[in-house]
Amino acid sequence: MTSTLLTDITIFVLAVLVGFEVISKVPATLHTPLMSAANSIHGIVLVGAMLIAVTAGNALGYVLAFIAAVFAAMNVVGGYVVTGRMLKMFHRRPVGAPDGRAAVSADGREGPA
Amino acid sequence: MSGFTWVTQLIYVAAAACFVLGLHLMNNPASARRGNQISTGGMVIAVATTFAIIVHAGLISATGWAVMIAGALIGGGAGLYVARTVQMTAMPQLVSVFNAVGGGAAALVAIHDYVNLAGASAGVPEATTVTTLLDVLIGAVTFSGSIIAAGKLQGLINASPVQFPGSRAVNIAMAVIGIGAAIYLIVTPSVGVLIIVIVAALVFGVTMVMPIGGADMPVVISLLNAFTGTAVAMAGFVIGNWALIIAGALVGASGGILTKLMADAMNRSLRNIMIGGFGTGDAQVAVAGPAGDVRSTTADDAAIQLAYAQKVIIVPGYGLAAAQAQHQAAELAKVLEEHGVEVSYAIHPVAGRMPGHMNVLLAEANVPYPQLKEMDEINPEFPRADVALVVGANDVTNPAARRPGTAISGMPILDVDNAKTIIVIKRSMGHGYAGIDNELYTNPKTSMFFADAKSALTELTAAVKTLVG
Repeated sequence: MTSTLLTDITIFVLAVLVGFEVISKVPATLHTPLMSAANSIHGIVLVGAMLIAVTAGNALGYVLAFIAAVFAAMNVVGGYVVTGRMLKMFHRRPVGAPDGRAAVSADGREGPA
Repeated sequence: MSGFTWVTQLIYVAAAACFVLGLHLMNNPASARRGNQISTGGMVIAVATTFAIIVHAGLISATGWAVMIAGALIGGGAGLYVARTVQMTAMPQLVSVFNAVGGGAAALVAIHDYVNLAGASAGVPEATTVTTLLDVLIGAVTFSGSIIAAGKLQGLINASPVQFPGSRAVNIAMAVIGIGAAIYLIVTPSVGVLIIVIVAALVFGVTMVMPIGGADMPVVISLLNAFTGTAVAMAGFVIGNWALIIAGALVGASGGILTKLMADAMNRSLRNIMIGGFGTGDAQVAVAGPAGDVRSTTADDAAIQLAYAQKVIIVPGYGLAAAQAQHQAAELAKVLEEHGVEVSYAIHPVAGRMPGHMNVLLAEANVPYPQLKEMDEINPEFPRADVALVVGANDVTNPAARRPGTAISGMPILDVDNAKTIIVIKRSMGHGYAGIDNELYTNPKTSMFFADAKSALTELTAAVKTLVG
Protein backbone atom coordinates (compact mmCIF):
# COMPACT_ATOMS: atom_id res chain seq x y z
CA MET A 1 0.00 0.00 0.00
CA THR A 2 2.54 2.56 1.13
CA SER A 3 5.03 1.62 -1.56
CA THR A 4 2.29 2.07 -4.20
CA LEU A 5 1.50 5.49 -2.77
CA LEU A 6 5.18 6.37 -2.78
CA THR A 7 5.49 5.37 -6.44
CA ASP A 8 2.41 7.44 -7.28
CA ILE A 9 3.78 10.49 -5.49
CA THR A 10 7.13 10.11 -7.26
CA ILE A 11 5.41 9.98 -10.64
CA PHE A 12 3.27 12.98 -9.73
CA VAL A 13 6.23 15.14 -8.69
CA LEU A 14 8.29 14.26 -11.75
CA ALA A 15 5.34 14.93 -14.06
CA VAL A 16 4.84 18.37 -12.48
CA LEU A 17 8.49 19.20 -13.18
CA VAL A 18 8.18 17.98 -16.76
CA GLY A 19 5.08 20.18 -17.11
CA PHE A 20 6.97 23.29 -15.96
CA GLU A 21 9.86 22.53 -18.28
CA VAL A 22 7.77 21.82 -21.38
CA ILE A 23 5.46 24.81 -21.04
CA SER A 24 7.87 27.58 -20.18
CA LYS A 25 9.25 27.53 -23.75
CA VAL A 26 5.94 28.09 -25.54
CA PRO A 27 5.69 31.56 -27.18
CA ALA A 28 2.81 33.90 -26.25
CA THR A 29 1.40 33.42 -29.76
CA LEU A 30 0.34 29.92 -28.83
CA HIS A 31 -0.83 30.49 -25.27
CA THR A 32 -4.53 30.23 -26.07
CA PRO A 33 -4.18 26.99 -28.08
CA LEU A 34 -1.86 25.74 -25.34
CA MET A 35 -4.44 26.36 -22.64
CA SER A 36 -6.98 24.60 -24.80
CA ALA A 37 -4.60 21.67 -25.38
CA ALA A 38 -3.90 21.32 -21.67
CA ASN A 39 -7.63 21.55 -21.19
CA SER A 40 -8.21 18.55 -23.47
CA ILE A 41 -5.48 16.52 -21.76
CA HIS A 42 -7.31 16.64 -18.45
CA GLY A 43 -10.09 14.87 -20.35
CA ILE A 44 -8.07 11.72 -19.48
CA VAL A 45 -10.45 11.64 -16.52
CA LEU A 46 -12.68 9.77 -19.00
CA VAL A 47 -10.57 6.70 -18.16
CA GLY A 48 -11.55 7.13 -14.52
CA ALA A 49 -15.19 7.64 -15.45
CA MET A 50 -15.14 4.40 -17.46
CA LEU A 51 -13.59 2.44 -14.61
CA ILE A 52 -16.17 3.54 -12.05
CA ALA A 53 -18.92 2.17 -14.31
CA VAL A 54 -17.35 -1.24 -13.57
CA THR A 55 -17.45 -0.95 -9.81
CA ALA A 56 -20.89 0.69 -9.69
CA GLY A 57 -23.39 -1.67 -8.09
CA ASN A 58 -26.46 0.38 -7.20
CA ALA A 59 -28.59 3.17 -8.59
CA LEU A 60 -26.48 5.91 -7.01
CA GLY A 61 -23.32 4.34 -8.43
CA TYR A 62 -24.80 4.22 -11.91
CA VAL A 63 -26.00 7.81 -11.74
CA LEU A 64 -22.54 9.00 -10.65
CA ALA A 65 -20.86 6.91 -13.36
CA PHE A 66 -23.25 8.23 -16.01
CA ILE A 67 -22.75 11.91 -15.14
CA ALA A 68 -19.00 11.40 -14.92
CA ALA A 69 -18.98 9.77 -18.36
CA VAL A 70 -21.01 12.63 -19.89
CA PHE A 71 -18.75 15.28 -18.34
CA ALA A 72 -15.47 13.59 -19.19
CA ALA A 73 -16.45 12.72 -22.77
CA MET A 74 -17.56 16.31 -23.35
CA ASN A 75 -14.23 17.55 -22.01
CA VAL A 76 -12.09 15.24 -24.08
CA VAL A 77 -13.93 15.38 -27.43
CA GLY A 78 -14.69 19.11 -27.30
CA GLY A 79 -11.20 19.98 -26.10
CA TYR A 80 -9.34 18.19 -28.87
CA VAL A 81 -11.69 19.30 -31.63
CA VAL A 82 -11.57 22.98 -30.71
CA THR A 83 -7.77 22.92 -30.27
CA GLY A 84 -7.43 21.35 -33.71
CA ARG A 85 -9.80 23.92 -35.17
CA MET A 86 -7.77 26.76 -33.72
CA LEU A 87 -4.39 25.43 -34.83
CA LYS A 88 -5.67 24.79 -38.34
CA MET A 89 -6.09 28.55 -38.74
CA PHE A 90 -2.42 29.36 -38.13
CA HIS A 91 -0.74 29.92 -41.49
CA ARG A 92 2.71 31.07 -42.36
CA ARG A 93 1.42 32.63 -45.63
CA PRO A 94 -1.94 33.99 -46.71
CA VAL A 95 -4.26 31.17 -47.71
CA GLY A 96 -4.25 30.55 -51.47
CA ALA A 97 -0.98 32.38 -52.07
CA PRO A 98 1.58 29.63 -52.64
CA ASP A 99 4.44 31.99 -53.34
CA GLY A 100 4.11 33.99 -50.14
CA ARG A 101 3.58 37.72 -50.05
CA ALA A 102 -0.03 38.82 -50.34
CA ALA A 103 -0.84 37.54 -53.80
CA VAL A 104 -4.52 38.26 -53.57
CA SER A 105 -7.12 39.14 -56.13
CA ALA A 106 -7.65 42.78 -56.97
CA ASP A 107 -10.78 43.18 -54.89
CA GLY A 108 -8.89 41.88 -51.91
CA ARG A 109 -11.63 39.49 -50.89
CA GLU A 110 -10.78 35.95 -50.20
CA GLY A 111 -11.15 33.52 -47.39
CA PRO A 112 -14.00 33.78 -44.90
CA ALA A 113 -15.16 37.31 -44.21
CA MET B 1 1.37 -8.70 -11.86
CA SER B 2 -0.08 -10.61 -14.80
CA GLY B 3 1.22 -10.19 -18.34
CA PHE B 4 -1.95 -8.37 -19.29
CA THR B 5 -1.53 -5.81 -16.52
CA TRP B 6 2.07 -5.25 -17.57
CA VAL B 7 1.08 -4.50 -21.13
CA THR B 8 -1.78 -2.19 -20.20
CA GLN B 9 0.38 -0.26 -17.74
CA LEU B 10 3.05 0.21 -20.41
CA ILE B 11 0.45 1.46 -22.85
CA TYR B 12 -0.75 3.99 -20.27
CA VAL B 13 2.84 5.21 -19.91
CA ALA B 14 3.10 5.49 -23.70
CA ALA B 15 -0.12 7.55 -23.73
CA ALA B 16 1.34 9.85 -21.08
CA ALA B 17 4.48 10.22 -23.20
CA CYS B 18 2.28 11.30 -26.11
CA PHE B 19 0.79 14.06 -23.93
CA VAL B 20 4.25 15.36 -23.00
CA LEU B 21 5.42 15.21 -26.61
CA GLY B 22 2.21 16.87 -27.79
CA LEU B 23 2.67 19.78 -25.38
CA HIS B 24 6.33 20.04 -26.34
CA LEU B 25 5.47 20.43 -30.03
CA MET B 26 3.19 23.33 -29.11
CA ASN B 27 6.24 25.59 -28.81
CA ASN B 28 6.19 26.40 -32.54
CA PRO B 29 3.17 27.27 -34.69
CA ALA B 30 4.50 25.04 -37.47
CA SER B 31 4.57 21.89 -35.34
CA ALA B 32 1.64 22.69 -33.04
CA ARG B 33 -0.91 20.83 -35.12
CA ARG B 34 1.18 17.69 -35.11
CA GLY B 35 1.47 18.11 -31.34
CA ASN B 36 -2.27 18.14 -30.97
CA GLN B 37 -2.58 15.07 -33.17
CA ILE B 38 -0.02 13.15 -31.13
CA SER B 39 -1.81 14.16 -27.94
CA THR B 40 -5.11 13.00 -29.44
CA GLY B 41 -3.47 9.70 -30.39
CA GLY B 42 -2.32 9.23 -26.80
CA MET B 43 -5.85 9.86 -25.59
CA VAL B 44 -7.31 7.35 -28.05
CA ILE B 45 -4.96 4.55 -27.01
CA ALA B 46 -5.53 5.31 -23.31
CA VAL B 47 -9.30 5.03 -23.76
CA ALA B 48 -8.98 1.90 -25.96
CA THR B 49 -6.74 0.25 -23.36
CA THR B 50 -9.22 1.03 -20.61
CA PHE B 51 -11.89 -0.56 -22.77
CA ALA B 52 -9.73 -3.68 -23.12
CA ILE B 53 -9.15 -3.80 -19.36
CA ILE B 54 -12.87 -3.63 -18.69
CA VAL B 55 -13.63 -6.39 -21.20
CA HIS B 56 -10.75 -8.53 -19.91
CA ALA B 57 -11.85 -8.24 -16.28
CA GLY B 58 -15.39 -9.19 -17.26
CA LEU B 59 -16.82 -7.71 -14.06
CA ILE B 60 -18.98 -5.00 -15.55
CA SER B 61 -22.76 -5.40 -15.55
CA ALA B 62 -24.98 -4.79 -18.55
CA THR B 63 -26.25 -1.64 -16.84
CA GLY B 64 -22.66 -0.55 -16.37
CA TRP B 65 -21.99 -0.87 -20.10
CA ALA B 66 -25.19 0.98 -20.96
CA VAL B 67 -24.42 3.80 -18.54
CA MET B 68 -20.84 4.16 -19.76
CA ILE B 69 -21.57 4.08 -23.47
CA ALA B 70 -24.69 6.28 -23.34
CA GLY B 71 -22.84 8.81 -21.17
CA ALA B 72 -19.80 8.89 -23.46
CA LEU B 73 -21.95 9.30 -26.57
CA ILE B 74 -24.08 12.09 -25.11
CA GLY B 75 -21.09 13.93 -23.66
CA GLY B 76 -18.94 13.39 -26.74
CA GLY B 77 -21.72 14.61 -29.02
CA ALA B 78 -22.29 17.73 -26.94
CA GLY B 79 -18.53 18.41 -26.87
CA LEU B 80 -18.23 17.96 -30.61
CA TYR B 81 -21.17 20.27 -31.27
CA VAL B 82 -19.93 23.18 -29.14
CA ALA B 83 -16.34 22.76 -30.34
CA ARG B 84 -17.46 23.01 -33.97
CA THR B 85 -19.86 25.92 -33.55
CA VAL B 86 -18.22 28.16 -30.93
CA GLN B 87 -17.10 31.64 -32.00
CA MET B 88 -13.37 32.15 -31.59
CA THR B 89 -14.07 35.20 -29.44
CA ALA B 90 -15.86 32.88 -26.99
CA MET B 91 -12.82 30.62 -26.45
CA PRO B 92 -12.23 31.65 -22.82
CA GLN B 93 -15.80 30.67 -21.88
CA LEU B 94 -15.47 27.33 -23.63
CA VAL B 95 -12.21 26.52 -21.85
CA SER B 96 -14.00 27.39 -18.63
CA VAL B 97 -16.91 25.06 -19.41
CA PHE B 98 -14.48 22.22 -20.16
CA ASN B 99 -12.74 22.95 -16.85
CA ALA B 100 -16.08 22.67 -15.10
CA VAL B 101 -16.97 19.30 -16.60
CA GLY B 102 -13.42 17.95 -16.21
CA GLY B 103 -13.26 18.98 -12.56
CA GLY B 104 -16.79 17.70 -12.00
CA ALA B 105 -15.95 14.30 -13.50
CA ALA B 106 -12.82 14.04 -11.35
CA ALA B 107 -14.83 14.84 -8.23
CA LEU B 108 -17.47 12.26 -9.17
CA VAL B 109 -14.83 9.55 -9.59
CA ALA B 110 -13.63 10.19 -6.05
CA ILE B 111 -17.14 10.45 -4.60
CA HIS B 112 -18.08 7.14 -6.18
CA ASP B 113 -14.95 5.51 -4.87
CA TYR B 114 -15.51 6.82 -1.37
CA VAL B 115 -19.16 5.76 -1.24
CA ASN B 116 -18.18 2.26 -2.39
CA LEU B 117 -15.42 1.87 0.16
CA ALA B 118 -17.47 3.33 3.00
CA GLY B 119 -20.12 0.68 2.27
CA ALA B 120 -17.56 -2.14 2.39
CA SER B 121 -16.87 -3.79 5.73
CA ALA B 122 -13.11 -3.14 5.55
CA GLY B 123 -13.68 0.63 5.77
CA VAL B 124 -11.66 3.28 3.97
CA PRO B 125 -7.86 3.16 4.11
CA GLU B 126 -6.39 6.49 5.23
CA ALA B 127 -4.08 7.09 2.28
CA THR B 128 -7.02 6.70 -0.07
CA THR B 129 -9.11 9.08 2.01
CA VAL B 130 -6.60 11.93 1.78
CA THR B 131 -6.34 11.83 -2.02
CA THR B 132 -10.07 11.17 -2.36
CA LEU B 133 -10.92 14.20 -0.27
CA LEU B 134 -8.42 16.41 -2.08
CA ASP B 135 -10.00 15.29 -5.34
CA VAL B 136 -13.52 16.04 -4.08
CA LEU B 137 -12.53 19.45 -2.69
CA ILE B 138 -10.53 20.65 -5.70
CA GLY B 139 -12.91 19.13 -8.24
CA ALA B 140 -16.04 20.63 -6.67
CA VAL B 141 -14.48 24.09 -6.27
CA THR B 142 -13.39 23.96 -9.92
CA PHE B 143 -16.82 22.84 -11.05
CA SER B 144 -18.86 25.64 -9.50
CA GLY B 145 -16.11 28.26 -9.89
CA SER B 146 -15.71 27.55 -13.61
CA ILE B 147 -19.43 27.77 -14.23
CA ILE B 148 -19.51 31.20 -12.60
CA ALA B 149 -16.42 32.28 -14.57
CA ALA B 150 -17.96 31.15 -17.87
CA GLY B 151 -21.23 32.90 -16.97
CA LYS B 152 -19.43 36.15 -16.26
CA LEU B 153 -17.53 36.06 -19.55
CA GLN B 154 -20.64 35.17 -21.49
CA GLY B 155 -22.50 38.03 -19.81
CA LEU B 156 -25.05 35.73 -18.15
CA ILE B 157 -23.85 36.77 -14.72
CA ASN B 158 -22.96 40.32 -13.69
CA ALA B 159 -19.32 40.67 -14.73
CA SER B 160 -18.47 43.33 -12.20
CA PRO B 161 -17.11 42.25 -8.85
CA VAL B 162 -20.04 41.10 -6.69
CA GLN B 163 -19.39 41.66 -3.04
CA PHE B 164 -21.65 42.05 -0.05
CA PRO B 165 -20.85 42.87 3.56
CA GLY B 166 -19.36 39.76 5.12
CA SER B 167 -18.79 38.00 1.79
CA ARG B 168 -15.19 37.39 2.74
CA ALA B 169 -16.37 35.88 6.04
CA VAL B 170 -18.71 33.49 4.15
CA ASN B 171 -15.78 32.53 1.96
CA ILE B 172 -13.52 31.76 4.89
CA ALA B 173 -16.33 29.93 6.70
CA MET B 174 -16.86 27.67 3.68
CA ALA B 175 -13.16 26.89 3.45
CA VAL B 176 -13.03 26.09 7.17
CA ILE B 177 -16.15 23.90 7.01
CA GLY B 178 -14.95 22.06 3.90
CA ILE B 179 -11.44 21.38 5.15
CA GLY B 180 -12.59 20.69 8.72
CA ALA B 181 -15.18 18.16 7.58
CA ALA B 182 -12.60 16.59 5.29
CA ILE B 183 -10.18 16.11 8.19
CA TYR B 184 -12.98 14.61 10.28
CA LEU B 185 -13.61 12.13 7.45
CA ILE B 186 -10.03 10.88 7.49
CA VAL B 187 -10.62 9.66 11.03
CA THR B 188 -14.29 8.65 10.76
CA PRO B 189 -15.67 7.48 7.43
CA SER B 190 -19.17 8.89 6.86
CA VAL B 191 -21.10 9.53 3.67
CA GLY B 192 -23.19 12.23 5.38
CA VAL B 193 -20.11 14.27 6.22
CA LEU B 194 -18.84 13.75 2.68
CA ILE B 195 -21.95 15.56 1.45
CA ILE B 196 -21.11 18.49 3.74
CA VAL B 197 -17.62 18.59 2.19
CA ILE B 198 -19.10 18.61 -1.32
CA VAL B 199 -21.61 21.37 -0.59
CA ALA B 200 -19.04 23.55 1.20
CA ALA B 201 -16.63 23.16 -1.72
CA LEU B 202 -19.32 24.03 -4.26
CA VAL B 203 -20.34 27.15 -2.35
CA PHE B 204 -16.70 28.12 -1.93
CA GLY B 205 -16.21 27.90 -5.71
CA VAL B 206 -19.05 30.39 -6.20
CA THR B 207 -17.98 32.82 -3.48
CA MET B 208 -14.39 32.63 -4.67
CA VAL B 209 -15.16 33.73 -8.25
CA MET B 210 -18.10 36.13 -7.72
CA PRO B 211 -16.01 39.01 -6.29
CA ILE B 212 -13.56 38.86 -9.22
CA GLY B 213 -14.13 41.29 -12.08
CA GLY B 214 -14.59 40.26 -15.71
CA ALA B 215 -11.23 41.67 -16.75
CA ASP B 216 -9.37 39.32 -14.45
CA MET B 217 -11.48 36.32 -15.41
CA PRO B 218 -9.01 34.86 -17.96
CA VAL B 219 -6.39 34.58 -15.22
CA VAL B 220 -8.95 32.85 -13.03
CA ILE B 221 -9.81 30.44 -15.84
CA SER B 222 -6.15 29.57 -16.26
CA LEU B 223 -5.94 28.98 -12.52
CA LEU B 224 -9.04 26.77 -12.62
CA ASN B 225 -7.44 24.86 -15.50
CA ALA B 226 -4.52 24.11 -13.19
CA PHE B 227 -7.02 23.09 -10.47
CA THR B 228 -8.74 20.68 -12.83
CA GLY B 229 -5.41 19.10 -13.72
CA THR B 230 -4.62 18.65 -10.05
CA ALA B 231 -8.06 17.17 -9.37
CA VAL B 232 -7.54 14.68 -12.23
CA ALA B 233 -4.13 13.72 -10.84
CA MET B 234 -5.79 13.09 -7.46
CA ALA B 235 -8.39 10.95 -9.22
CA GLY B 236 -5.40 9.01 -10.60
CA PHE B 237 -4.21 8.35 -7.03
CA VAL B 238 -7.73 7.25 -6.06
CA ILE B 239 -8.13 4.67 -8.82
CA GLY B 240 -4.41 3.86 -9.04
CA ASN B 241 -3.89 4.92 -12.63
CA TRP B 242 -0.61 6.43 -13.84
CA ALA B 243 -2.02 7.95 -16.98
CA LEU B 244 -4.34 10.14 -14.89
CA ILE B 245 -1.57 11.06 -12.46
CA ILE B 246 0.87 12.08 -15.20
CA ALA B 247 -1.66 13.90 -17.40
CA GLY B 248 -3.20 15.69 -14.41
CA ALA B 249 0.19 16.77 -13.07
CA LEU B 250 1.23 18.06 -16.51
CA VAL B 251 -1.90 20.18 -16.76
CA GLY B 252 -1.59 21.35 -13.18
CA ALA B 253 1.97 22.54 -13.79
CA SER B 254 1.30 24.10 -17.19
CA GLY B 255 -1.83 25.83 -15.91
CA GLY B 256 0.18 27.22 -13.01
CA ILE B 257 2.86 28.66 -15.30
CA LEU B 258 0.35 30.15 -17.71
CA THR B 259 -1.49 31.77 -14.82
CA LYS B 260 1.70 33.42 -13.66
CA LEU B 261 2.63 34.60 -17.19
CA MET B 262 -0.82 36.12 -17.58
CA ALA B 263 -0.85 37.84 -14.22
CA ASP B 264 2.64 39.28 -14.91
CA ALA B 265 1.60 40.58 -18.32
CA MET B 266 -1.37 42.36 -16.75
CA ASN B 267 0.82 43.70 -13.97
CA ARG B 268 -1.45 42.06 -11.39
CA SER B 269 -0.41 39.76 -8.60
CA LEU B 270 -2.45 36.63 -8.13
CA ARG B 271 -3.18 37.75 -4.59
CA ASN B 272 -4.69 41.03 -5.83
CA ILE B 273 -6.84 39.21 -8.34
CA MET B 274 -8.18 36.71 -5.83
CA ILE B 275 -8.98 39.41 -3.30
CA GLY B 276 -10.97 40.97 -6.08
CA GLY B 277 -12.86 44.20 -6.53
CA PHE B 278 -10.67 45.62 -9.29
CA GLY B 279 -11.51 44.27 -12.72
CA THR B 280 -14.00 46.70 -14.24
CA GLY B 281 -12.58 50.18 -14.07
CA ASP B 282 -15.89 52.04 -14.20
CA ALA B 283 -16.24 52.04 -10.43
CA GLN B 284 -12.78 53.54 -10.05
CA VAL B 285 -11.71 57.13 -9.64
CA ALA B 286 -13.05 59.49 -12.26
CA VAL B 287 -10.08 61.83 -12.24
CA ALA B 288 -11.23 65.21 -13.57
CA GLY B 289 -11.91 64.57 -17.26
CA PRO B 290 -9.33 64.27 -20.01
CA ALA B 291 -6.33 66.37 -19.10
CA GLY B 292 -5.51 67.99 -22.41
CA ASP B 293 -6.81 68.50 -25.88
CA VAL B 294 -8.01 65.57 -27.90
CA ARG B 295 -7.90 65.79 -31.67
CA SER B 296 -10.55 63.83 -33.49
CA THR B 297 -10.33 62.73 -37.09
CA THR B 298 -12.51 61.31 -39.85
CA ALA B 299 -12.24 58.22 -42.04
CA ASP B 300 -11.06 60.26 -45.03
CA ASP B 301 -8.26 62.04 -43.18
CA ALA B 302 -7.11 58.84 -41.50
CA ALA B 303 -7.18 57.05 -44.87
CA ILE B 304 -4.83 59.66 -46.36
CA GLN B 305 -2.37 59.15 -43.50
CA LEU B 306 -2.50 55.39 -43.99
CA ALA B 307 -2.30 55.36 -47.78
CA TYR B 308 0.78 57.60 -47.90
CA ALA B 309 2.64 55.76 -45.16
CA GLN B 310 5.58 53.46 -45.79
CA LYS B 311 5.13 51.45 -42.64
CA VAL B 312 1.96 50.92 -40.62
CA ILE B 313 1.73 49.03 -37.35
CA ILE B 314 -1.73 47.87 -36.31
CA VAL B 315 -2.24 47.55 -32.56
CA PRO B 316 -5.32 45.41 -31.94
CA GLY B 317 -6.86 45.23 -28.46
CA TYR B 318 -9.85 43.93 -26.62
CA GLY B 319 -12.18 46.41 -28.40
CA LEU B 320 -11.38 44.73 -31.71
CA ALA B 321 -12.19 41.31 -30.29
CA ALA B 322 -15.40 42.56 -28.68
CA ALA B 323 -16.57 44.10 -31.96
CA GLN B 324 -15.53 40.91 -33.83
CA ALA B 325 -13.64 43.22 -36.19
CA GLN B 326 -10.65 40.94 -36.88
CA HIS B 327 -11.77 40.31 -40.47
CA GLN B 328 -12.15 44.05 -41.16
CA ALA B 329 -8.66 44.70 -39.76
CA ALA B 330 -7.20 42.00 -41.99
CA GLU B 331 -9.06 43.45 -44.96
CA LEU B 332 -7.63 46.93 -44.37
CA ALA B 333 -4.13 45.49 -43.99
CA LYS B 334 -4.54 43.61 -47.26
CA VAL B 335 -5.59 46.74 -49.17
CA LEU B 336 -2.64 48.67 -47.74
CA GLU B 337 -0.19 45.91 -48.59
CA GLU B 338 -1.38 45.79 -52.17
CA HIS B 339 -0.64 49.49 -52.28
CA GLY B 340 2.93 48.76 -51.16
CA VAL B 341 2.61 49.73 -47.50
CA GLU B 342 4.49 47.53 -45.03
CA VAL B 343 1.98 46.32 -42.45
CA SER B 344 2.60 44.42 -39.25
CA TYR B 345 0.60 43.78 -36.09
CA ALA B 346 1.83 44.54 -32.59
CA ILE B 347 0.47 41.95 -30.19
CA HIS B 348 0.61 42.67 -26.48
CA PRO B 349 0.88 39.49 -24.39
CA VAL B 350 -2.65 39.97 -23.05
CA ALA B 351 -4.31 41.45 -26.14
CA GLY B 352 -7.81 40.04 -26.52
CA ARG B 353 -9.28 38.18 -23.60
CA MET B 354 -6.42 35.89 -22.76
CA PRO B 355 -2.76 35.50 -23.72
CA GLY B 356 -2.46 34.56 -27.36
CA HIS B 357 -6.17 35.10 -27.96
CA MET B 358 -5.54 37.90 -30.45
CA ASN B 359 -3.26 35.60 -32.44
CA VAL B 360 -6.09 33.10 -32.73
CA LEU B 361 -8.58 35.77 -33.80
CA LEU B 362 -6.24 37.16 -36.45
CA ALA B 363 -5.34 33.66 -37.62
CA GLU B 364 -9.07 33.11 -38.09
CA ALA B 365 -9.09 36.19 -40.33
CA ASN B 366 -6.29 34.61 -42.43
CA VAL B 367 -3.49 36.84 -41.21
CA PRO B 368 -0.22 34.91 -41.62
CA TYR B 369 1.43 34.46 -38.21
CA PRO B 370 4.86 35.89 -39.18
CA GLN B 371 3.11 39.30 -39.52
CA LEU B 372 2.09 39.16 -35.86
CA LYS B 373 4.91 40.59 -33.80
CA GLU B 374 5.28 40.07 -30.08
CA MET B 375 5.88 43.07 -27.85
CA ASP B 376 9.67 42.76 -27.48
CA GLU B 377 10.09 42.32 -31.20
CA ILE B 378 7.88 45.22 -32.33
CA ASN B 379 8.75 47.88 -29.75
CA PRO B 380 12.06 48.89 -31.44
CA GLU B 381 10.15 49.23 -34.75
CA PHE B 382 7.68 51.90 -33.61
CA PRO B 383 10.05 54.86 -34.24
CA ARG B 384 10.21 53.76 -37.90
CA ALA B 385 6.44 53.49 -38.26
CA ASP B 386 4.69 56.34 -40.07
CA VAL B 387 1.35 55.40 -38.57
CA ALA B 388 0.42 53.30 -35.57
CA LEU B 389 -3.24 52.32 -35.84
CA VAL B 390 -4.60 51.45 -32.41
CA VAL B 391 -7.87 49.53 -32.59
CA GLY B 392 -9.64 49.13 -29.27
CA ALA B 393 -6.48 48.83 -27.18
CA ASN B 394 -6.17 51.04 -24.14
CA ASP B 395 -4.09 50.38 -21.03
CA VAL B 396 -1.43 48.41 -22.89
CA THR B 397 -0.55 51.56 -24.87
CA ASN B 398 -0.58 54.05 -21.99
CA PRO B 399 2.82 55.71 -21.54
CA ALA B 400 1.87 56.43 -17.92
CA ALA B 401 3.00 52.86 -17.19
CA ARG B 402 6.61 54.04 -17.47
CA ARG B 403 6.17 56.44 -14.53
CA PRO B 404 5.85 55.29 -10.96
CA GLY B 405 2.70 56.09 -9.01
CA THR B 406 -0.07 55.15 -11.45
CA ALA B 407 -2.41 52.16 -11.39
CA ILE B 408 -0.48 50.56 -14.24
CA SER B 409 3.07 51.55 -13.29
CA GLY B 410 5.52 48.85 -14.28
CA MET B 411 3.15 47.11 -16.66
CA PRO B 412 4.92 46.21 -19.89
CA ILE B 413 3.41 48.33 -22.69
CA LEU B 414 3.67 48.74 -26.44
CA ASP B 415 5.68 51.88 -27.25
CA VAL B 416 3.00 53.24 -29.56
CA ASP B 417 3.85 56.84 -28.67
CA ASN B 418 7.19 56.45 -30.48
CA ALA B 419 5.47 56.18 -33.86
CA LYS B 420 5.52 59.26 -36.11
CA THR B 421 1.73 59.58 -36.04
CA ILE B 422 -0.93 57.68 -34.17
CA ILE B 423 -4.55 56.98 -35.04
CA VAL B 424 -6.75 55.57 -32.31
CA ILE B 425 -10.06 53.91 -33.13
CA LYS B 426 -12.19 53.88 -30.03
CA ARG B 427 -15.85 54.29 -29.20
CA SER B 428 -15.38 56.96 -26.55
CA MET B 429 -12.85 58.44 -24.18
CA GLY B 430 -13.87 55.76 -21.68
CA HIS B 431 -11.30 54.17 -19.41
CA GLY B 432 -9.72 50.75 -19.71
CA TYR B 433 -9.64 48.16 -16.92
CA ALA B 434 -7.19 50.20 -14.91
CA GLY B 435 -9.66 53.12 -14.76
CA ILE B 436 -7.16 55.85 -15.63
CA ASP B 437 -6.79 58.33 -18.50
CA ASN B 438 -4.63 57.19 -21.37
CA GLU B 439 -1.96 59.82 -21.99
CA LEU B 440 -1.52 58.52 -25.50
CA TYR B 441 -4.87 60.05 -26.48
CA THR B 442 -3.77 63.58 -25.59
CA ASN B 443 -0.41 63.23 -27.32
CA PRO B 444 -0.14 65.92 -30.07
CA LYS B 445 0.77 63.19 -32.59
CA THR B 446 -2.47 61.34 -31.91
CA SER B 447 -5.79 61.72 -33.65
CA MET B 448 -8.87 59.92 -32.36
CA PHE B 449 -11.38 58.25 -34.63
CA PHE B 450 -14.48 57.80 -32.48
CA ALA B 451 -16.42 54.81 -33.78
CA ASP B 452 -17.09 51.15 -33.25
CA ALA B 453 -14.07 49.11 -34.38
CA LYS B 454 -15.96 47.20 -37.03
CA SER B 455 -17.65 50.12 -38.79
CA ALA B 456 -14.55 52.32 -38.43
CA LEU B 457 -12.35 49.75 -40.14
CA THR B 458 -14.90 49.18 -42.88
CA GLU B 459 -15.10 52.94 -43.54
CA LEU B 460 -11.32 53.26 -43.48
CA THR B 461 -10.88 50.42 -45.95
CA ALA B 462 -13.43 51.96 -48.31
CA ALA B 463 -11.74 55.36 -48.03
CA VAL B 464 -8.28 53.91 -48.67
CA LYS B 465 -9.63 52.03 -51.69
CA THR B 466 -11.01 55.22 -53.28
CA LEU B 467 -7.65 56.94 -52.68
CA VAL B 468 -5.47 54.27 -54.18
CA GLY B 469 -7.89 52.67 -56.61
